Amino acid sequence: MKVDWNVFWPKLADATGQTVYMVLVTLLLSSALGLVFGLLLYATRKGNLLQNRAVFSLLNLLINLVRPVPFIIAIVAMAPLTRAVTGSMIGTEAAIFPMVVVATFGVARIVENNLVAVEPGVIEAARAMGAGPVRIILTVLVPEALGPLILGLTFILVALIDFSAVAGTVGGGGVGNLAMTYGYLRFDTSVMVVTVAVLIALVQIAQLTGNLLARKVLRR
Amino acid sequence: MIELVEVSKEYGDFRALDRVSLTVPDGGIFGVIGHSGAGKSTLLRLINQLERPTGGSVRLNGTELTGLSERQLRAHRREIGMVFQQFNLFRSRTVLGNVAYPLGLAGLPRPVVRQRALEALEFVGLGEYAKRHPEQLSGGQRQRVGIARALANSPKVLLSDEATSALDPETTLEVLDLFRRINTELGVTIVLITHEMDVLRRICDRVAVLDSGRLVETGDAYRVFARPRHPTTAAFVRSVLPDRPAGATLERLRGRNSGRLLTVPFTHDGDLGRGLSRLLREHRLDFSLVHGGISEVGALPLGSLTIELHGEEADLTAFLAAWASRSEVPAA
Repeated sequence: MKVDWNVFWPKLADATGQTVYMVLVTLLLSSALGLVFGLLLYATRKGNLLQNRAVFSLLNLLINLVRPVPFIIAIVAMAPLTRAVTGSMIGTEAAIFPMVVVATFGVARIVENNLVAVEPGVIEAARAMGAGPVRIILTVLVPEALGPLILGLTFILVALIDFSAVAGTVGGGGVGNLAMTYGYLRFDTSVMVVTVAVLIALVQIAQLTGNLLARKVLRR
Repeated sequence: MIELVEVSKEYGDFRALDRVSLTVPDGGIFGVIGHSGAGKSTLLRLINQLERPTGGSVRLNGTELTGLSERQLRAHRREIGMVFQQFNLFRSRTVLGNVAYPLGLAGLPRPVVRQRALEALEFVGLGEYAKRHPEQLSGGQRQRVGIARALANSPKVLLSDEATSALDPETTLEVLDLFRRINTELGVTIVLITHEMDVLRRICDRVAVLDSGRLVETGDAYRVFARPRHPTTAAFVRSVLPDRPAGATLERLRGRNSGRLLTVPFTHDGDLGRGLSRLLREHRLDFSLVHGGISEVGALPLGSLTIELHGEEADLTAFLAAWASRSEVPAA
């Protein structure tokens, strides 16, 4: 059975909009939360500004527990929690919740990794000038690591586009859902090709934007 | 005045500093020299308490710093500038942004911050580079930005952690001149650590020598250079001053000159010329100058000269006895 393109194009436009919405909302929320967790993880590490073994170990464990779980399983496992938070187990909002949770821990690790790479000398210089830990984190560490942080977030953004396709299969809507229901389940190769092309285009745009921003910050 | 009293610092079993006591008077340039791992860097960081000692006392103008909390220390740190071997500039900020950073910490209003940061940049001769980024500058310029940043808050003390060690010789001299200006024009006390004796020779008025965490010698720079008391100090002095000829140099001198050789020290307070010439005349001896070198420590000359003696053997012997009795220096 072949698709009716007159019906399909508006559907594709809607789905693309949904995907962009899901991904951007998730990116925004997970970046904010992940930044906080990542900064905490970095600062509480042994020998760092707010050294605190208990907080560090807890966060570290949490991240290592969440990150290896395949996303499709995470969605299902989190379903009761998702319903408690968003009030539903299907739909776009219900898809965003598990995406945010999983992405937050990914962002946290990326933030931590990039902060570790900041030259310890500049932190020492700030301390010598009389800056306190919070001040150093916000005015030295984050700005110094901003370039690589943007590239790291771009990586997350691309992963989120992929996540959103998976979320589509549990009723999240978006291009992924379209690809599954119209393309994969109806054996319609042309629809699959079109939807995959849209996903590729989205990834390209995300990566290009990230690279551009990072280059501007790094002045390279 | 900075006073360290019996200060020790241990990292686990390793003792980086072992009961070091020293006083840095106000207004001078105080140099600490030592090989890498001697504890210089730790010593410097005790002064602004970036490192906390495991024993002893650190006082800044009478205030005991060792008991203070990080929060209490911040105010004191703002009165102590610090410059680093690797400059440690913020890459995310412009040159002006770097110099303005400590002023922002002090909570000054923006126009004042900008004004004072520009003044500090002018002082180091980089006023026109305010809008550049650190990576667009040469090593020497970056260090001058680091110095401007350390001076922006008008500190009373400037700590220098091997500030010239990553620079070429010419740039090193520029930075040392800048240090001297900071000391004389702004009245800032400078404490510097280095492994290069040449840095001490050029600008320090007092020096201290660290060896394996222990302070082995301290004193007036000229005295330490002219009459080092500890073998480590003597080895450092030899690295920059043309001392008495030894080894292959001495062999070559002997090969060229068959007569008796005598090396005489040359110090600013000695009366080498007249004393020596009178003694030579009394013993009817001539001499030729065969080796030597005179350098400056601070602004004063210091070095040694080696002469070959010509005359009767008996006169020579008598002269050498007379020379030895008036000075400690034996013939080479």
